[in-house]
Amino acid sequence: MKKIIRYLGLLTSLCALVMILSSCGSKAATSNESVLKTAESNNTIVWGVKADTKLFGLMDVKDSKIKGFDVDMARAITKQMLGPSGKASFIQVSSQTRIPLLKNGNIDAIIATMTITPAREKAVDFSDHYFNAGQSLMVKKGSPIKNVKDLDKKGTQVLAVTGANSVANFQKVAPKAKVLELQDYAQALQALKSGQGEALTTDNGILLGMAAQNPGYQVVGGTFTKEPYGIAVNKGQKPFVNKINQALQQLRENGEYDRIVKKWFGNIAGFNYKEAEK
Amino acid sequence: MISIVANHWQDLLYGLGQTLLCSILALFFSLIIGSLFAIFEVVPNKFLRIIARVYIEIFRNIPLLVITMFFYVVVPMFFVKVNGFTAGTIGLTIYTSAFIAETVRSGIQSVDPGQMEGARANGMTFSQAMRYVVLPQAFKIVIPPLGNQFINLVKNSSVLAFVAGFDLMYQGNTIASTTFDTLNSYFVVGILYLVITMPLSYYMRYLEKRLD
Repeated sequence: MKKIIRYLGLLTSLCALVMILSSCGSKAATSNESVLKTAESNNTIVWGVKADTKLFGLMDVKDSKIKGFDVDMARAITKQMLGPSGKASFIQVSSQTRIPLLKNGNIDAIIATMTITPAREKAVDFSDHYFNAGQSLMVKKGSPIKNVKDLDKKGTQVLAVTGANSVANFQKVAPKAKVLELQDYAQALQALKSGQGEALTTDNGILLGMAAQNPGYQVVGGTFTKEPYGIAVNKGQKPFVNKINQALQQLRENGEYDRIVKKWFGNIAGFNYKEAEK
Repeated sequence: MISIVANHWQDLLYGLGQTLLCSILALFFSLIIGSLFAIFEVVPNKFLRIIARVYIEIFRNIPLLVITMFFYVVVPMFFVKVNGFTAGTIGLTIYTSAFIAETVRSGIQSVDPGQMEGARANGMTFSQAMRYVVLPQAFKIVIPPLGNQFINLVKNSSVLAFVAGFDLMYQGNTIASTTFDTLNSYFVVGILYLVITMPLSYYMRYLEKRLD
């Protein structure tokens, strides 16, 4: 009898936990405060950016500020939307945490090397694309791997990052290889260096940034997908998306966009920035 | 929640298997290594005592993730190739063994010194006295804290997620980031961890009662 009571107690407390948790979930999902209005009244937009990705968003250890193309774009868009006094504040995200952080309201928008995909469009709304990347491979210099076909063999291990759509893309092109997913790009690069995989796969812009920092490694095989990057905002924030699109359009027209792209990608060997701007 | 289980049950099952396998391996080896160092700590030989102290103080005070990353990233660079699962299991074994050593040592030292003296006076050697008199009593004392260590070990096996060890946590991360349903993904993973740790904790309690 005592035992039964104990089990019942356990069961009820578990049920209570489920209920509490699910009510939390629905609250976050149904919050339909206008992000645009809040941003305008605070004069601030909170952006989720990468901090481990050279060229796009990388933490500068000297002044602990995140710097990169995405960061500059976010600043320019904020100024365009809120006027010259508008402030952009940045929160560090990874491929894995960006959508949850957006959903629970910690950030207003994601500008973090995020490809527009149909699966993601079910969870978030995207702006027009602001950058055209493509997936590629990075290998150690002197590696026999020349392109993605060389990896489509049993027993090959390829490194990628959790939450990035590069995993699914890669599995489509090279279904026989095994993909090891790591937490972020810094870790994936570490794993490549210690030989945990034959190649690291993700978008060319990110890889070129890594190759620039790590002379022993090179990007090979060109791109095998198209990865248009978009700015993601929560569902049900149409006015905010429209305002972002309008700002993007204005930045393209007044030449600011061109200036930012050139600043970051103008002198990267093997990267056609005109292609990325389209 | 049901849709996550329905669509990803294979991944989850595989993850559960990896977590269980890693936990069992780590539990077995850390219990052996831990007991060994616990005995080293109480033997009269000063050299062995110093070795045990150094081992325990180093590995008890370094985060598990650091030890695991060392085996995953540094060891393959200079020595042999170690995959994520192995690196995680080795890290977990070393880390837990340091705690088990301390737990078992406290057990050994809580056995009345008279027991050891009595056994020696009856003509047993030190190792005989240890094996037949002191250790059986010590293990009985340390079962509750040892159970704590085992449960911690199962939960700490989530370190495999950081080194692509395909364990439960890794599958949880992957499912959460492909379905974007973070809440339910981690909820399912949490329940699956409970499936391992709850029976373990009941078994430890049962063991404790039976030996009383």
